[in-house]
Order: sequence, then C-alpha cells, then structure tokens
Amino acid sequence: MILESLKETTISTESSPILQVRNLKQHYPITKGILSRTVGHVKAVDGISFDIFPGETLGLVGESGCGKSTTGRAIVQLEKPTEGEIIFEGKNLADFSSREMRKIRTDLQIIFQDPYSSLNPRKRIGDLLSEPLLFHKLVEPFEVKKKVDDILEVVGLPRAYVGRYPHEFSGGQRQRIGIARALILNPKLIVCDEPVSALDVSIQAQVLNLLKDLQKEFQLTFLFIGHGLGAVKYISDRIAVMYLGNIVEIAKTEDIFKNPKHPYSSALLSAYPVPNPHLRNKEKIVLQGDVPSPANPPSGCKFHTRCPFVQSKCREEVPVLKGIDHSVACHFPLS
Amino acid sequence: MAKYLLEVDKLQTVFKTGKGEVTSVEEVSFQLKPGQTIGIVGESGCGKSVTSLSIMRLLGKHGIVKKGSILFNGLDLTKISESEMRNIRGNEISMIFQEPMTSLNPVFTIGNQMMEGIRLHMKLSKKEARKYSIEMLNSVGIPRPEAIMDEFPHSLSGGMRQRVMIAMALSCNPKLLIADEPTTALDVTIQAQILELMKNIRTKFNTAIMIITHDLGVVAEMADRIIVMYAGQVVEEANVFTLFDNPKHPYTKGLIGSIPHIDYDAEERLVSIPGAVPSFQNMPTGCRFHTRCEFAMERCLQQQPDLIPVPNDELDDHKVRCWLGEEELAATQPGNREVTV
Repeated sequence: MILESLKETTISTESSPILQVRNLKQHYPITKGILSRTVGHVKAVDGISFDIFPGETLGLVGESGCGKSTTGRAIVQLEKPTEGEIIFEGKNLADFSSREMRKIRTDLQIIFQDPYSSLNPRKRIGDLLSEPLLFHKLVEPFEVKKKVDDILEVVGLPRAYVGRYPHEFSGGQRQRIGIARALILNPKLIVCDEPVSALDVSIQAQVLNLLKDLQKEFQLTFLFIGHGLGAVKYISDRIAVMYLGNIVEIAKTEDIFKNPKHPYSSALLSAYPVPNPHLRNKEKIVLQGDVPSPANPPSGCKFHTRCPFVQSKCREEVPVLKGIDHSVACHFPLS
Repeated sequence: MAKYLLEVDKLQTVFKTGKGEVTSVEEVSFQLKPGQTIGIVGESGCGKSVTSLSIMRLLGKHGIVKKGSILFNGLDLTKISESEMRNIRGNEISMIFQEPMTSLNPVFTIGNQMMEGIRLHMKLSKKEARKYSIEMLNSVGIPRPEAIMDEFPHSLSGGMRQRVMIAMALSCNPKLLIADEPTTALDVTIQAQILELMKNIRTKFNTAIMIITHDLGVVAEMADRIIVMYAGQVVEEANVFTLFDNPKHPYTKGLIGSIPHIDYDAEERLVSIPGAVPSFQNMPTGCRFHTRCEFAMERCLQQQPDLIPVPNDELDDHKVRCWLGEEELAATQPGNREVTV
C-alpha cells in the first residue's frame, strides 16, 4: 500500500528531492560508573540538513569522526536518529512501523566500507545474494538463481562464483559482491560508505568506474561518503563538507573545488597531495592541531580552534548554513 | 668513502612457509645519496614493505635475505652480526611504521619509550635523556611536551602518535629514515602536517628518506626519485618528474591513470588495470605483469624482461622492465594524461 503510494508521488513530482534530511542529530550517551549514569553526549551528528535529488550523487566528505558515516547509517535506518527527520520520497521514515519500514528498505541500500568484514564468512556468495531476495519476497523462488546470476554479471563477476565463500575473493571482488547485494533489490538510493578506501589504487578505479556505470544504467541516486577527495570528486555532482557533526559547505562539485568558501574546505583541498610533482611547491594551507572531540566541541563556530582567519565573533556565535546553490556556514566566507 | 649512503644490489628476500619458500622481493636494486628522498610505490603485496624490513633486518625468523647485498656507508648489512646491526638500527637507520596505533607499546609511557633508544645509543644519563626527549618532542610540534612524556599512548590522537614515532626515529640523528606508509592511517589535514614536518627534517638534518607508500600524491610531493614495484620486482625507476611526465611501463601508466585527480575533468573515465595482483605462490611466467597488461605479446608470456635503461633518455637514470620497444612505448599511451603545470 505505502509502497504504491510512494511510487505515485515520485512520478508526479519529477524534480523534487528523493531524500530530504532535516536537522538530523545523532547523539550517543557517555556513561560512567556501575549505575551507567549519563555524563555527557558525543554529538556525532549535530543538526544537519540537505536534499538529494533523483539520479544525482551527493558526496559527503570530512575527516574521521566528523559524522559522515553516522549520517549514512541514520539514512538507511540502521540507527534511530536522536532528533530530526529523514524524508524519503515525501514520507517521513520515522512515521513507519518496523513492518512498513522493511518494505522501504528495499529502496534504501548501503555499501559498506570494509569488504572484509561486511560479508558473512560462512555463507556462499549465492546465498549471500539470494538472501535479500527471499526475505523481501521480491521474486518467485525459482527465479532467484537467475537473478543472482544476472546481478553477478552486472557487477562483472563470473557466474561460476556463486558457490564460493568470501575468503576466496580479493578486496575488489568482495566490494563487487557488496555492490551486487545492495543492487539486487533494485534500490532507488544507495549510501556508499567509503566503498573504495580499503582497496588498492588500481582496484579503486575499477570500482569507481563500475559505480558510475551502474548509476547510469539503473538510474540510481548515491550518497557517496568518502575521505579521498579525488574519488569523491570523480563521482559526485554535489559535495557536502562536514566538520565535527555539521555541514560547513555544500555546493556543486565544480564550485567547491574551484571556489571553496569555507576555510575548512579550502584547507582540506589544499592538503590533498596532488599526484603531480610540478605542483609540489604550491603554497599549502596546513591546519594546526587536531579535530576537537565531538563530546566537547568548541563554542561558536566549531572550526574556530584551527581556523587561520579566526575572529572574536567566531568564538561566540554559531554560524548557520546560508546561500541557495552554494551554501556555507561561516561568518567570514572566503571570496 | 662511498658516494652513496645506501646501495641495495639485487636483493632477494624469501620467506619460509609450510609450502616451501616464497620469494617476496626479487632483484631489487637502488641507490640513495645522503639527503635524497626515494619513494617506493606499489600496491599491497608488491614487496615494498619487505624491502624496507630487509634493510632493517626485521624480517622475523622465517624471512631471509637470500641473495644480494645492502651496503650502508660501505658496510654490508646482510653480513654483519646481530649486535652490530643493533647499533645501527634506531641509531643510524630508523623507521617510522604505518600504524601509529599499534607501533607504540601501550603499557609504557611516551617518555619511557622515547628514552629507551636515546639512552642506549647516545649513552646519556636518565636526566639528560629526559631533557633531550622533551626537546625532540618539541621539535616535532607536540604541545606541552613535558606533560606528554608521562602520558600513555592511548591518550594521544593518531597524528600525535605519529609525531611521537617521528621524534623517536629522529632522536639519534639517523642518516637514513625509512617511512613505511607514514600517513596512510591519518586524515588529510594531519597528513599534510606530517609531510610538512618530514620536509623540514630533511632540510634541517640532511637525512636521506625512503618513503614507502601506495599514494602517488604523497611521493609526487616528497620524493626525488621513484621506484615502482610490482609483484616483488622493480618495474620502473626514474626521477619524480620523468616518472609522472613520461611513464614507460604499462603498469606505471595504469597506476597514474587510475588515480582520480582533484584537478581533472569529471567526464574523463578512470583508467583501470583489470584483474588483481597475482599471488606469490602463483606467479605468472615471463613478465609478471602480462596477465593484466593490455599490450602483452608472445614474448612477455615466456621471457622475463630485465630492468634496462630507457633508450634516448637524456638524464640516463630512467629504467624500465618491459619488452615493449621505445617506439611502441611512445605510441601506446592510453592512460597518460597531459600534465599541465
């Protein structure tokens, strides 16, 4: 029922966002003592909002601990958000019962970072891939085998591999299996949680090319989480930069790379080592210090402790994300 | 006095396993001058870490240097006794490991671990060693070094631990610093800090650096010369500009083409090398890259190419292990983007 109504809404509203995230917060309690009293919260994600439009790829970049993976996990409902709304195709996911949610999950899939720990070592590839199909009863049992064969072909693995176990595969092949498992349910949105960062350089390129091809073929929408800026740029249409649980800048890929407005984004871009020795003497912005702890973030703008352009206003007032096409959360954006 | 600080000649390192010997590094040769930085690049399992561990003689009980020599200041490191090696290790040659999380001992304080090597090699008293350690920590940019001396590794962040490792490695003013993936476990902004630090050290102490990484961006930034390794062998060696501007080996080309640049067209497709690195038990005959090479010829399947100088190379320091002739090499450049300055 709900699924049908959902599908109607997509057809009627072509260019409306497929996913809207509104003021998403994910706080984890810090407990202490034998009574496990809550003594504080780790503010992994601290109020972020963004839209993803059908068919596009939104890249989410930031350093470790900035909350990018938590955002991805909250979107596919692996974790219940502390606060905020996740609206998928016009419906708030929090309104669904777990039974109804199960149906939505076929549309929302995730590819995990580590292809070594995300596949059950005791299951054959064929079983791993047919499990979601049987669970969601998407195809008749006699069709399952064909569907599994087809999907293996789509991700570029020989059909003969269905009887093998995960340990028999290399990292790149395992990531292809992870992609196949996400893809087999015909999802609309796939959260790619650093799908290439555990792979070797030449294999990364294979997987990135595959993801790009699949997106074209199946009209997929991606939320691509990554810390390798090159990979994120290659695949994304728009990029959101996160720092300590907040989005500090969100814009078209080109705009972010050519004209970053937040000092953090510009430092991140400048810190990325470019594989071109002729550019090695280029002036670099090297940020001082470490990322502060999300349990005890700095007041005002969270970046002020490391910002090279900090002023007194930054220490007191929290900047809000402003701008329509190119939004930035900074009191004194770079021009 | 030898001209080179380090001369590795036809190094072959094997590991004894239950299934017989596995050759993990074969015929690796390179030279390093004082103050020079050499980058060793390759994918996981290509033997780059084993090369550095062979130099440090940290191969464990199953690994042995079977052939070749490693001359450090004219002294063959493969021939000297363990106690002589102990005087060199951590003193004249030191190493930074990849995982700052696991390479410090969790049950000793930072100060304790720093002072151990300093007292051993520099013969300082406890008090002097402590003072010197604080100085070293200060010089690598650690805030509050006195307090950090009494902290345990778990209370430091990844970047800070790597700084401690660097301080420890540099404390005896080594002539050679081996950095095995020093920034792989770190975030981009912290990586920039560490690379900056290593550059400063190089200019300040004239330390030769051997940097091992899979990240071509890091070597483009740091290295003077680059060695590309594949399946235990050196497939190409050149100075950094030559290697990026005019790579000769199909593997190097593929590797360079497969990195998504940040300053490069989004519509361009990444060059990918099909397949995966072969395992050492199952090494292809002939050229080890032929299973993944798009230009493989009959000859590549049977005969193993040698590492030979590239003809018509002005600087005469560009070597490649490939059967493709000079003309063919020039004609087949699919993954070679124009490098704009």
